[in-house]
Amino acid sequence: MIDQDSKVLLEVRGLRATVNGIEILKGIDLAVSSGEIHAIMGPNGSGKSTFAKVLAGHPAYQVTDGTVFFEGRNLLELAPEARARLGVFLGFQYPIEIPGVANSQFLRLAYNTVQTERGKDELDPLEFDDFVREKMKLLEMNPDFLDRSVNEGFSGGEKKRNEILQMALLEPKIGILDETDSGLDIDALRIVASGVNRLASKDNAIVLITHYQRLLNYITPDYVHVMDAGRIIRTGGKELALELETRGYDWVSAEYKQTATRATA
Amino acid sequence: MNTATSNGTLESLLRGQPALPASPLAWLNRLRAEAVDRAGALTVPSTRDEDWRFTDISPLTKMPFHPVSSPSPLDAGEIAGLALPEAGARLVFVDGVYAPHLSYNEAGIVVENLAAGSSRHGTAIEPHLGRHAGFGDNIFAALNTAFLRDGALIVVPCSVSVAAPVHLLFIATQPEAVSYPRCLVVAESGSTVTVVEDFVALQDAAYFTNAVSEIALADSASVRHVRVQRDSSAAFHIANCAVSLACASRYQAVSIALGARISRHNLNVLQASKGAECVIDGLALITGHQLADTHSLVDHAQPHGVSRQSHKCIVDGAAHAVFNGKIMVRPGAQRTDSSQSSRNLLLTGKARIDTKPQLEIFADDVKCAHGATVGQLDDEEVFYLRSRGLSDAAARNLLTYAFGAEIIDRIPVATLRQRLEQIVLAQTHR
Repeated sequence: MIDQDSKVLLEVRGLRATVNGIEILKGIDLAVSSGEIHAIMGPNGSGKSTFAKVLAGHPAYQVTDGTVFFEGRNLLELAPEARARLGVFLGFQYPIEIPGVANSQFLRLAYNTVQTERGKDELDPLEFDDFVREKMKLLEMNPDFLDRSVNEGFSGGEKKRNEILQMALLEPKIGILDETDSGLDIDALRIVASGVNRLASKDNAIVLITHYQRLLNYITPDYVHVMDAGRIIRTGGKELALELETRGYDWVSAEYKQTATRATA
Repeated sequence: MNTATSNGTLESLLRGQPALPASPLAWLNRLRAEAVDRAGALTVPSTRDEDWRFTDISPLTKMPFHPVSSPSPLDAGEIAGLALPEAGARLVFVDGVYAPHLSYNEAGIVVENLAAGSSRHGTAIEPHLGRHAGFGDNIFAALNTAFLRDGALIVVPCSVSVAAPVHLLFIATQPEAVSYPRCLVVAESGSTVTVVEDFVALQDAAYFTNAVSEIALADSASVRHVRVQRDSSAAFHIANCAVSLACASRYQAVSIALGARISRHNLNVLQASKGAECVIDGLALITGHQLADTHSLVDHAQPHGVSRQSHKCIVDGAAHAVFNGKIMVRPGAQRTDSSQSSRNLLLTGKARIDTKPQLEIFADDVKCAHGATVGQLDDEEVFYLRSRGLSDAAARNLLTYAFGAEIIDRIPVATLRQRLEQIVLAQTHR
C-alpha cells in the first residue's frame, strides 16, 4: 500500500556492479518506502538476481559505482550479516542445502542472532519450538521439517516455504524475494503468496523478483519495475505486469531505446 | 628408516612376549607362536612401501614402548564420564589389561574377557580368532596376535537380537606403554548386535595402541559397529579390523578418528558369500601435527553384494589426513552394487589430504560409483548463513561442524553421538 506517512527504507542510486570483471548492473535507481510492495520483472539475464544479491552483500559481486542507503545507513559498507541484522532479508532463488544441521537448530540460531541485535531475549530450544510451530502453520508446513537437515531433500516448494518461514521469524524491514515463485505448483504458490501477504505490513516492504506475472495474481504490487540489461527501464503500476504478460518484454525495451536515443540527440 | 632401528624396535616390542602364560588351548598357543615368528621375520614398514607411502611411522620406532606390568588402579568414579548409560554390557581394559571390577554384562549373551572365555568357548572361537585378520604380511597384526591374551569376546547366538549396545572401553593411562587391544565378535546366523569400541586416554602421554578386531557375521546376521579413537594427541594408534560377511548379512560401521599423533586404521570387509551388505562411514577430525590414515578394502567376492562408503576428513592446522579406499569386485561377483565417496575439508593452507579411491573390477555386470572432493567451505553456503545474520566465523564453524556431524549422526547410540557432537562443536569453534 502506498502511504503518505511512510518513510523511505531503501534508496538505490546509480548502482553498478560487476562479477568476474563483467558489468551486470549498469546504473540502477530505486526507492522503496515502508508499506510498499514492489515487483521487479524482466527477461532472463537482465540482472534481477544480481541486484538482489548485491543488496544482500554477496561477496562475489563488486560494486563499482553508486550508493545504497537503508534507513539512512550506507548498506554497501556493511557485511551481509550486518545487513541481515538491520532488517534486510533475501529469499533465495535456490536455497542452500546444509546436511548435518537440523533446520530447527539453524532457524533458532538465526532468530536468536537477530533478536540479540535488537536488544531482545533469546529463546531456548523449548520456547523456540513453540514459537516456530506457530509460524509454520502460516505456511502449512509439517513440523517434521524442523528435525530434518536444512533444505536437504526438500522439494522446490518446501524449500521456498522454508525461506518464507525464515522471513516470518526474522521479521525484516525489507524482504527481497528472488524468484520465490519459480518451481512452485499452484497450491504451493497460493500458500507461499498468502504467507507473504500476511507478513506484509505498513512498517515493512517487500520486493518481489519474478519472471512471470503469475505470482502477482496473488500478491498485488504497488509498483512494477522492468529490468533489462542491468537497468530499470520502466516503472508502472500493477497493470504493467498484465501488459507484460500479454505483450512480452520486447516493446518495453524498444521504447526505452527510442527514449534513450532521443535524449542523447 | 634403517633396518637396525626397525629390528631394534621389534626386539624391544617382542621382549615381553615369552612372559605370557600359556593357554590351555594348544591351537591358541600355536597361533601365538606363529605370530611371534612372523613378527620376527617382518620389518616395520616405511614410506617406501606403497601402503605406507604417506604415513611415516618412524617416530614410533624411536620410542621405547613396553607392555604394562601393573596397570593403574582405576575406580568406577574415575571413568564415570566415559560410561554409556545405554550399554547392556561393558568391558574395560586399562593399558590393555582387563579390569573386571569396571566391567559388567547384563546383555544376556557372551561378553567377556578373551583370556578367560577362550577355553570355555573354544569351539565357537577357533574358526575365527586370528583367521580373519591375517598377519602373514602385517607386522602390527602379527605383534597383536603374538601378545594375544586379554581382549573382548562377544558371541551372539543364533537368532538372538541384542538391542542394548556392548561397550568396549580401552583406556590408556601410562606413558611409553604399548597395549594390544583385541576384539572378536561372532554373530551367529540371524543375530543382531551393536558394538562400540572406544579408545580413550586419561592423560596426554605418548603411548602405543596396536589393536586388532575381528568380526564374523554368519548368514543374515546384522552387526552395527562404532569405533571411536580419541587417544591422546601424543599417542600412536594402529588398528586392523577384519570383517567377514556371510550370506545376506549386514554390517554397518561408523569410525571416528579424533586423537593420536599418528593413527592408522585398516578396515577390511570381505563379502564371503552372496547378498551381503556393508555400510562403512568414517570421519577424521584432526589438527596440529596429527596424521590420520584410513585404508579400507571392501572385497566383493560373491554376487549380489552391496557396499556403501562415505569417508570424510576435516583437516585443520598442519595436520595430514590419508584415505585409501579400495573396492575389489572379484570375477563372478556379478550384480555388485557399490558406492564410495571421499569428501575432505581443508581448513588451513598448511593442512593436507591424500585421498585415493581405488577400484578393481573383474566382473562385468556391476554398478560401482565413486567420487572424491577436496576443498574449502562452499562460499554459497557461507553466504546463505551470513544472510541470515550469522557472523562469518559462526557460519564457518557451523558448516564445518555440519560436515562432521553428518557422519556422527549415523552413530546408533544417543549418548555417544551427543558427546561426540560436543567434541566436534568445540573443535570446530575457532
